[in-house]
Amino acid sequence: MSGEAGDKRAPEPKARAERTFSGNAGLQIEEPLLFEIGRGQISGVDLPEPPGNASRLGGLERQKEIGLPGMTEPQAMRHYVRLSQKNYAIDMGTYPLGSCTMKHNPRLNEKLARLPGFADIHPLQPQSTVQGALELMAQLAAWLCELTGMPSVALSPKAGAHGELCGMTAIRAAHEAKGEKRSLVLVPESAHGTNPATAALLGYGVKAFPARDDGTVSVDAVREAISDDVAGIMLTNPNTCGLFERDIIEIAEAVHEVGAYFYCDGANFNAIVGKVRPGDLGIDCMHINLHKTFSTPHGGGGPGSGPVVFSQALAPFAPVPFVVRRSDSYHLVETGDDAGGETPFGRLTAFHGQMGMFVRALAYMLSHGADGMRQASEDAVLNANYLRAALSDVMSQPFGDRPCMHEVLFDDTFLNGSGITTHDLAKALIDEGYHPMTVYFPLVAHGAMLVEPTESESKAELDGFIEVMRDLARSAKSGDMARFKDAPRHAPRRRLDETQAAREPVLRWHDKSAERDAAE
Amino acid sequence: MRYLPLTPGDREAMLARIGVSDIDALFDSVPQPVRLPGLLDLPSHKSEFEVEREMAAMAEKNLNASQVPFFVGAGAYKHHVPATVDHLIQRSEFLTSYTPYQPEIAQGTLQYLFEFQTQVALLTGMEVANASMYDGSTACAEAVLMAHRLTKRKRAVISGSLHPHYRAVVETLSHYSDAQALTLPQGPEDDDLISAIDEETSCVVVQMPDVFGGVRDLTALAEAAHAKGALLVVAVTEVVSLGALRAPGDMGADIVVAEGQSLGNGLNFGGPYVGLFATRQAYVRQMPGRICGETTDAEGRRGYVLTLSTREQHIRRERATSNICTNSGLCALAFTIHLSLLGEAGLRRLAALNHAAAVALADDLAGLAGVELVTPALFNEFTIRVPGDAARIIDRLADKGLLGGVPASRLMPGQKVAKDLIIVAATEVTTDADRAAYRACLEEVLGS
Repeated sequence: MSGEAGDKRAPEPKARAERTFSGNAGLQIEEPLLFEIGRGQISGVDLPEPPGNASRLGGLERQKEIGLPGMTEPQAMRHYVRLSQKNYAIDMGTYPLGSCTMKHNPRLNEKLARLPGFADIHPLQPQSTVQGALELMAQLAAWLCELTGMPSVALSPKAGAHGELCGMTAIRAAHEAKGEKRSLVLVPESAHGTNPATAALLGYGVKAFPARDDGTVSVDAVREAISDDVAGIMLTNPNTCGLFERDIIEIAEAVHEVGAYFYCDGANFNAIVGKVRPGDLGIDCMHINLHKTFSTPHGGGGPGSGPVVFSQALAPFAPVPFVVRRSDSYHLVETGDDAGGETPFGRLTAFHGQMGMFVRALAYMLSHGADGMRQASEDAVLNANYLRAALSDVMSQPFGDRPCMHEVLFDDTFLNGSGITTHDLAKALIDEGYHPMTVYFPLVAHGAMLVEPTESESKAELDGFIEVMRDLARSAKSGDMARFKDAPRHAPRRRLDETQAAREPVLRWHDKSAERDAAE
Repeated sequence: MRYLPLTPGDREAMLARIGVSDIDALFDSVPQPVRLPGLLDLPSHKSEFEVEREMAAMAEKNLNASQVPFFVGAGAYKHHVPATVDHLIQRSEFLTSYTPYQPEIAQGTLQYLFEFQTQVALLTGMEVANASMYDGSTACAEAVLMAHRLTKRKRAVISGSLHPHYRAVVETLSHYSDAQALTLPQGPEDDDLISAIDEETSCVVVQMPDVFGGVRDLTALAEAAHAKGALLVVAVTEVVSLGALRAPGDMGADIVVAEGQSLGNGLNFGGPYVGLFATRQAYVRQMPGRICGETTDAEGRRGYVLTLSTREQHIRRERATSNICTNSGLCALAFTIHLSLLGEAGLRRLAALNHAAAVALADDLAGLAGVELVTPALFNEFTIRVPGDAARIIDRLADKGLLGGVPASRLMPGQKVAKDLIIVAATEVTTDADRAAYRACLEEVLGS
């Protein structure tokens, strides 16, 4: 596209786009808040008249109106369907969010998670009545152990960061069991923010250290930073730059030499499933995001699930609950006293973890099998490298043009002098019908753009994305500012003012008419 | 493989474009000795039908709650969820989207989170709420950490009738974060709780209704806590109770956490669920988790964004208020849809039905010889003392095809006081026939 054509098409920055009378735009229909539609006396659920037996609420009956609006079923259906149509989704198109692994979510897994035998059982039923559920947990655990080459797994953590907490707590418990109190955790600068936050939660000081020029951590840097006051290291592998940590085996040795433990952030395990086993690299524990690697849906930000695999050294400290096989049945160990010779560090959540996610993840594993999972890893890596190869001449990479794993990291050097930022580029991508890549993460690359296509993208989809990215890069070079600075123009909203939102937070709806009435 | 779109021809063409001879060249950075030469010792891929058959066989080994008279609660409850809820949460745009970090194309998620936050604030009687936590128990532990930050103290006083799993989560986190959790023994305890509060206490944590199903006024406890500069944290595991009972916020709570499973979400063997977290406006910058806020776009139209992110780990790293990243978005959506369908009138009626069912059942069971109701004030759950070992009685009821509740000893193993207690729940799905079956079966088991 020439700059001229771009100028003709673009309105002045911040100018009002042409509006319809209703504010709607074809299939995009404006939707008020539930509180502006619903009424307190309307209900979309028919319930019988309660019997008139005496209240036994101890004098604590709710007197005041709560203020909750209700909607009939057709009103609710429209409200939420209209809202849904303001979201981008994997099922609509390429969603190349680096580090987030937006792969296809098979619907078989949704169906199976809804079988009454999984969805309609209570976590505190007698164990004899939930043997199939315990069997499923045991089977998932066995697959995770085989895939990672680790002897033990805690299934209960509810998400990745909760898994980090689980792993790091086990590390602290292991040191305590040896009568040691260590005060530091090593975290490279490229780490997810959850890593230092987790270490700090457990009272550790965080010692950050830089990567070398190629974007990976060198064993020399680890040796320099480590001491016998270091409890452990938290390292993501493949790392957040999309690179395999090639010194990882030597790093593990260096960590173990001072009596520390190796926590591996497994957020990017999806790149190496079936290709290499974390257990063979010398790590002591690693969380696995079932909502990334094993395709359980992200659901607009959860629920996730973050099981943690443990080495022999940390296995005894794994939290309750866990499933064991005793004689001819499965048994759920719920307390330390029932844990045989093990010494669980405690409990991280009520009940047993994200069963609904366990069902989906196991369905993914059974569907793919050993062959399909290895192929998925290879395709994910192939797709990322294909994007890299096709874009390396028009975009810039912070650590040189070398093979990546499942995601490719660009920086904003190629935008230098254009006046266009990574943020602008992301918003322009929205107008082209794509969800932007992860931006400004990892922090080690200036204006980072982390692109993870996943194995779910066909070659044709990738070719389409490449064309758009090349066109955007060309536009940026030719100074077509409006295409970027005005973007997005075609989304349900133009750029939203995040500064205003944070400065004067409006975090809930208030009945302004009631407030007006009260004032009068 | 049905999920992988690349053809062998595609792969070849792509490798050529990249300029490598085979896929292994892209894994060159993996040290040679640890590269797996072949496939792992696991089954190979299966068709949809085969997977379905294999997993359905496991599902069929479980006794599900709709098959039998069902009275199990203690932190997770069997309610009817309208069909609309599950249909809507399976829409691709909700199910297969990520955290709304690009707000212009995530207004659907952001608007329902804003509505959810408002509903949670109204229900709990608090000023603000976040966009959900993993579940009630982790929300409870986060509330304690937040109280530590706000008061700059590190000792929480924990009620003995807080759900033991919640208590264990708080204790675990306290132990490993160099804080203290002082747990009182189970029993009639408001006076004990009040006398345990001192100048070192950051907060008092109580459950309402408590783990035994009992309800009581928390106003005096709140006043006692505030007098010593401590906060009152109230945990609610049965959120439907808020349709009948005074809101914790109206009794002086400073932080209210709740398990939201009862609205919109199934039992799911314990998860995924959705944690609710609400507090006072003044404390909002110490609140953990994601928060959605209102703003305007470049054309002045109303819109929503994630906000106050300077509290969060991806900005603050080791100085964040919490390490939480993922929340429980889709379960929060199920919650908010169910509550929007119910509305004020529906929720109150639902709560009344739950209460009526529990009161009737409590009277039925307490009428049996040797059975005593130990929670006179209750919502939809209560505890009975039975003559004999409660766990064995529950097992024998299960053998008769009736899931009669939770023996307190399962939650409090080794505690003598728990041995003869059963925690029993009834909800709007409990029928007269279910109640009659329970009375008859229990009478039979006790008599034999």
